[in-house]
Amino acid sequence: MTDLAWVHAALTSARPQALGALLRYFRDLEIAEEAFQDACLRALKSWPQNGPPRDPAAWLILVGRNVALDGVRRLGKQDELPADELLSDLNDAEAELAERLDGAHYRDDVLRLLFICCHPELPATQQIAVALRIVCGLTVKEIARAFLVSEAAMEQRITRAKSRIAKAEVPFETPGAPERAERLAAVAAVVYLIFNEGYSATGGAAPVRAPLCEEAIRLARLLLRLFQGEPEIMGLTALLLLQHARSPARLDGDGCIVLLEEQDRSLWNRQMIAEGLALIDKAMRHQRPGPYQLQAAIAAMHARAARFEETDWAEIDQLYAALERLQPSPVVTLNRAVAVAKVHGPAAALAMIEPLAPRLSAYFHFFGARGAFLMQLGRADEARVALNQAIALANTAAEAAHIRMHLDRLERDSAPRH
Amino acid sequence: MLYALLCYNSEEVVGAWSKAEDDAVMGKLAAVHDKLTKEGRLGPVARLLPTTAATTLRKTQEPPLVIDGPFAETKEQLLGFYVVECTGLEQAIETARELARANPGGAYEVRPIALFIPGTAPTTGPATGAR
Repeated sequence: MTDLAWVHAALTSARPQALGALLRYFRDLEIAEEAFQDACLRALKSWPQNGPPRDPAAWLILVGRNVALDGVRRLGKQDELPADELLSDLNDAEAELAERLDGAHYRDDVLRLLFICCHPELPATQQIAVALRIVCGLTVKEIARAFLVSEAAMEQRITRAKSRIAKAEVPFETPGAPERAERLAAVAAVVYLIFNEGYSATGGAAPVRAPLCEEAIRLARLLLRLFQGEPEIMGLTALLLLQHARSPARLDGDGCIVLLEEQDRSLWNRQMIAEGLALIDKAMRHQRPGPYQLQAAIAAMHARAARFEETDWAEIDQLYAALERLQPSPVVTLNRAVAVAKVHGPAAALAMIEPLAPRLSAYFHFFGARGAFLMQLGRADEARVALNQAIALANTAAEAAHIRMHLDRLERDSAPRH
Repeated sequence: MLYALLCYNSEEVVGAWSKAEDDAVMGKLAAVHDKLTKEGRLGPVARLLPTTAATTLRKTQEPPLVIDGPFAETKEQLLGFYVVECTGLEQAIETARELARANPGGAYEVRPIALFIPGTAPTTGPATGAR
């Protein structure tokens, strides 16, 4: 790697911590961002010449703070700021700051920064865009590309979101344990949203949106480093790694989704799987199950099966049952029914999903699964009706094609009897 | 004499490498490994999973305390390491406990290995080679 690539990587990884601390100091996102920007410019000049500082984040915080204070002083407020001790010997201050940042401050700074981005007043798409811009440091152009909108539209969206954040009440005091847990849960949800935004892309959009998955994994790892004993954060990180590990096999040459059943498992990223499995292993020891851990454990069952036929469906059924108890939802029950069909047969699975019909009447996968179970039970006419409903609700061409394949098979099987 | 070369770097920076960058570094390292293997000098090589996957067994107390996260104490130094085949974290921690009973004090960091090359170096270390 070149020097500049190293500097860039160091700036990116120090960003949440440095920006978070500057935000605490200035209590204003715009000033904090400018201060960080200025500090980065100085780092680009200084680091390649002088070598990297011992603690890049502490260096950026100190320099950013001084530059911003200088700016404020130039505006004529020089008497109001007792900044002399802050401008003393840089090395001593850096060491002292690094010491402090090891502690809870740093943790709460980063958490606050992320939490501000996922302000409940912002719609989910704005939360994601702002988090990518502010915390990850992606350019507006990069984010616009990932969201498939024009740069101007994205610029406007982010500006609007930021002014809403500026008007909102941002709590700067150190959060208590319940607030911290609440913030962490909200932040974890946004990280998961960012990941899904990238993961759900298909076709030509898939390559440009893949970086969203990588950013989400980076954020999850950051949270995990800050909250090392939180099993749900272990679960979240494991879930993202295990899902992302499959991405090389998930889309075919045309960008269409390849079903889990048909994926070439030799394309799965083994290193990511190893890390995901290690994390879920760690999380399980706590015996404090949560939705992310359970979803990760289900993904782990798939990752552990060398071939689709070797999948441990009984265990997956148990995990879905636990998820159902923790977070009841018709979609979870539907997913569980797929495992139930493998373990107890299609009749049990069908009985399980029938009560969901009123709530899933517009859901493609409901009719797809219902059709498949009916087919396995030999109830061809009813299966045909369900599959046709599924086709009408298909979200992508690949989904429709998959159902059509089932319909064709039905036609073939029933033809000789006519 | 056998020497251990311990690898240190910022895992955030290394973790930010693209797959192409990572592959390029691993490729260059493989060339060095090949040379050392031909010379019969390469022992076991391990690339560890990130510290976020680590668990630490503090053995300064009885029973030892299991803590999530890597070994973070700067007052103690790395004195050696084991490579042990385990079915999972439970067994790895159990093994660390067994070792802790034999050798209390300090800590064991339990970290999964991402890449392992057993190597072929002869055991000319002090245990067998010293007079």
